[in-house]
Amino acid sequence: MLSLGRPVWAGEAKPVAADPALEERVTALATELRCLVCQNQTLADSNAPLAVDLRNQIRERMREGASERDIIGFMVERYGDFVLYRPPLKATTVLLWVGPIALMIGGLAVLYYRLARRRREAAKPELSAEERARAAALLAGDSGAEKR
Amino acid sequence: MNRFFVPLGIFAGLVVLLAAGLTLNPREVPSPLIGKPAPQFRLPQLHQPQSTFAPDELKGKVWVLNVWASWCAACRDEHPVLTDLARQRLAPLYGLNYKDKRDEAIAWLKRFGDPYELSIFDLDGRVGIDYGVYGVPETYVIDKLGVIRYKRIGPVTPAILKDKIAPLIAELNRG
Repeated sequence: MLSLGRPVWAGEAKPVAADPALEERVTALATELRCLVCQNQTLADSNAPLAVDLRNQIRERMREGASERDIIGFMVERYGDFVLYRPPLKATTVLLWVGPIALMIGGLAVLYYRLARRRREAAKPELSAEERARAAALLAGDSGAEKR
Repeated sequence: MNRFFVPLGIFAGLVVLLAAGLTLNPREVPSPLIGKPAPQFRLPQLHQPQSTFAPDELKGKVWVLNVWASWCAACRDEHPVLTDLARQRLAPLYGLNYKDKRDEAIAWLKRFGDPYELSIFDLDGRVGIDYGVYGVPETYVIDKLGVIRYKRIGPVTPAILKDKIAPLIAELNRG
């Protein structure tokens, strides 16, 4: 049985301010910050109450003239580096950033080395004079043992 | 047999790393406020809104700040542990009532008991943000100079009280 009331959209909450330019800046910065409650979402995507609060903080501070850097500093001071959606490149995160590339290069290097060695070994065996004569005979289709 | 050792060794290493990683809790984000002065504020008290509270008033004492709310289920779980802490008189316990309705908070304390010296009413959660609160309940141990020395994210368990909080309070009181 279909009882359709008013259509309800599940989506992002409507922006509060009437200033679209400000909203754009707020959203741009919010996509660079992590929601600590729903940790795989940005502050822009999340509907958690804390995300709403922090977006409001961003909006207020921007209205007061704070720069993106000021606001990022404010967030990191209270929540740590984890609030940055993109992990910063520091001594502690260098393994995170460089690791995958390093592993891939390392893996390719090992593969190259193994293939090169196998090629080298395949080219090595030398035939004795007797084996060479037999090979030539076989190739010429002239094998003495081929009598059926 | 030799050529299998290296990949097997690398695989074993990765398994160890994965196993270690699986025991870590991503919800526990280390707080950058440890070792920094507790952020200052002045807010009305929960039971007596005409009176205010500021952390400065507790300089010279080691104290515990517990962030709670009547809508928070886990707060009920840790409540007996906090009651225990208060009964043992380890340190003065103050509550930060976070983004709550005043009457619901007061009713909650009446129903479950009030272990706090007093509760502070943080209606819009601004002070919570200053303290890096993201998952109620959270508990802070603050020393005599007003510096945050420990933060517990999530409910305080009897083990945490016994192994971390109580010894820390004793140590800070000695110094």
